[in-house]
Amino acid sequence: MPYSQFVLVCAGTACDSCQSREIYSRLTAAVRSQGLEGRVQVVRTGCFGFCAQGPVVKVLPDETFYVQVRPEDAGEIVAEHLAKGRPVKRLLYGGAGRAAIADIPFYQKQFRIVLRNCGVIDPENIEEYIAREGYEALATVLTSMTPEDVIEQVRISGLRGRGGAGYPTWKKWTFTKNADSDVKYVICNADEGDPGAYMDRSTLEGDPHSVLEAMAIAGYAVGAHQGYIYIRAEYPLAIHRLEVALRQARELGLLGRDILGTGFDFDVELRLGAGAFVCGEETALIASIEGHRGMPVPRPPYPAVRGLWGRPTVINNVETLANIPVIILKGGAWFASIGTETSKGTKVFALTGKVNNSGLIEVPMGTTLREIIFDIGGGIKGGKRFKAAQTGGPSGGVIPESFLDTPIDYESLAKLGSIMGSGGLIVMDEDDCIVDVNKFYLEFTVDESCGKCAPCRIGGRTMFNLLTDITEGRGTVGHIEQIHTVAHAMQKASLCGLGQTAPNPVLSSLTYFGEEYRVHIKEKRCPSGRCRALVTYTILADKCIGCTLCARRCPVNCIRGERRQPHVIDLSRCIKCGECFKACKFGAVQRS
Amino acid sequence: MMGKLTLDELRALRERAQQTIARRQTAEGAAGEIIVGMGTCGIAAGAREALDALVETLNQHHRGDIVVRQTGCMGLCFSEPTVEVRVTGMPPTIYGRVTAEVARRIVEEHVIGGRLVDDHVYDRPATDLAPHLRAPGK
Ligand SMILES: Cc1cc2nc3c(=O)[nH]c(=O)nc-3n(C[C@H](O)[C@H](O)[C@H](O)COP(=O)(O)O)c2cc1C
Ligand code: SF4
Ligand code: SF4
Repeated sequence: MPYSQFVLVCAGTACDSCQSREIYSRLTAAVRSQGLEGRVQVVRTGCFGFCAQGPVVKVLPDETFYVQVRPEDAGEIVAEHLAKGRPVKRLLYGGAGRAAIADIPFYQKQFRIVLRNCGVIDPENIEEYIAREGYEALATVLTSMTPEDVIEQVRISGLRGRGGAGYPTWKKWTFTKNADSDVKYVICNADEGDPGAYMDRSTLEGDPHSVLEAMAIAGYAVGAHQGYIYIRAEYPLAIHRLEVALRQARELGLLGRDILGTGFDFDVELRLGAGAFVCGEETALIASIEGHRGMPVPRPPYPAVRGLWGRPTVINNVETLANIPVIILKGGAWFASIGTETSKGTKVFALTGKVNNSGLIEVPMGTTLREIIFDIGGGIKGGKRFKAAQTGGPSGGVIPESFLDTPIDYESLAKLGSIMGSGGLIVMDEDDCIVDVNKFYLEFTVDESCGKCAPCRIGGRTMFNLLTDITEGRGTVGHIEQIHTVAHAMQKASLCGLGQTAPNPVLSSLTYFGEEYRVHIKEKRCPSGRCRALVTYTILADKCIGCTLCARRCPVNCIRGERRQPHVIDLSRCIKCGECFKACKFGAVQRS
Repeated sequence: MMGKLTLDELRALRERAQQTIARRQTAEGAAGEIIVGMGTCGIAAGAREALDALVETLNQHHRGDIVVRQTGCMGLCFSEPTVEVRVTGMPPTIYGRVTAEVARRIVEEHVIGGRLVDDHVYDRPATDLAPHLRAPGK
């Protein structure tokens, strides 16, 4: 029998602790006692991404949103709302404060401009994009705006580059527009090499036309007729979707010659990269498209005036571009009403690591890390303690708990010693070792350094070796001094952003987690147990009841002992995997 | 597909496409659609298996009136594969952690039975911007 009303109760991990189970059973009981069980279904749902207001209850089909519901409220919701059709006013979410974005009601923490079509349209069907006002921005631009008008709207919008550096998009466009050349280019940077980042991939997979439309708009604004998308070959699905989109857009005359009969020509080609991190750097990217090795060259001249094949070239990131059609349709002022003083609009993050609801999220600039991690992200996995969040990947830094309430934008993150970066956001918990994490990032930059300049090539390796010493018990106070010296040289003398920013993660972690480095160096101890050379596992005979669990878990069979007798670890064979430590229910395995 | 568009034809095509979508989602007879998130993360988590199971179960029940479509990533990576169900008489619903088994239940319980599949319902993460993007002059 079909139901006609549905009550959704948040049963996400974060809300669980605040009584949602109890609410669910009281709602179910109340529905039964009111004789509504044939008409109303009570359902448990995943996290609503609204944990600070939890527990949350939603009634469908009328979309009523109740917040901070207590078990005692269940009866009233059923008796009033479900039985009599009168919503319980005192529990309704008012949307106070945040509902102010221009003319759009939004009660969720997320606000989707870039991802507006992702997960909604079929990316391989251009008509679905068109149905959602797709290519209307391009039509508007070509028929009723001058290139100056377009750039003016982008200026008013306050849009800044989402590829990492945050350079104002309108300025780039203006340089290229004013550069004297009969041939100019637009490049979309879809190289996305940061570990843990997949924002651009998802955008291209979910909504390829938004980027194509934006490139054509950029072309019109700066006077270019050819665009290139530089995308890594490891993104086969995104490439496929782009190829389909390109074909469909050309068939409808939305790319190619004489677009929409306006006389404007613009086409786009794909260029596949081999997946080197440095090829995301704009000058290396251009070299790679030209068929050379992907190595950076000194700037200036900037690509905006002297780029691809020596011609003025606008290079923008995928996410930067995906904002453009909306800025044209809603106006720059609308866009500028979202965000903070210096950073407008939204930012997409790939939220990963030790967080319950990992995923791709988009929030207004100025949202705090606490909202992102604890509301949208549903908090830390397994109820562990938050330790730090890493933004900006191998060029960024860590943010400790004390700064979780900072509204994030380009400036506030830079002030904290990190960067906005392209949108990777990795959450660490108490089990992560800060020295070990930084060793990982440095290993990445050492691998990815193109080797052209010494500060990055040699400095990166030196830093990596210093950190390895510290994680293996050979650290001295001098190591920290040396890290600072090498870091300084790399920042000052490296040719490109890769080398210049490679020391950032280490430096920022030294600022906030200096004590953890000190413990590694002075006490030869790794508090989280990650640095294997610094830990030993032993079994405390007086606590061990001889349950044999650890012995059965040990992957190398190095724990001996009879049933009900204290067990012993053969340290000469122990690989320090920590399985016994996790397995023991009696706290008998000690890590020191 | 049609040839190159003029401005007026683009806007006419938009009208038609909007009507097609509206019809697919609401009108009698065309009972609805099931949309599967087919981004890289969804596929890695088993979206193809879910899609196959949806199509197979719909066929078993002779529900050719339900269209199965694909879309990109909804952003709920922790609960992939994700599936959105829009059928007549039921609120649009997003399901997460849709294994082949859950996919079968979605067809049998939600589409045919008119009940939500408990414990797999998720919320759409943000307000839809598209209805607020109405073309100028409209
Ligand atoms: C080592 C390195 C890697 C980079 N990787 C990327 C990337 O993957 N994607 C990207 O858009 N920008 C990347 N950038 C930044 C680009 O050089 C450039 O600033 C950006 O594409 C400009 O676009 P935007 O103004 O829209 O942000 C990288 C920079 C450096 C130094
Ligand atoms: S800083 Fe590193 S990546 Fe950049 S040019 Fe120098 S060696 Fe190459
Ligand atoms: S740490 Fe791992 S290898 Fe060592 S005793 Fe425990 S389970 Fe065995």
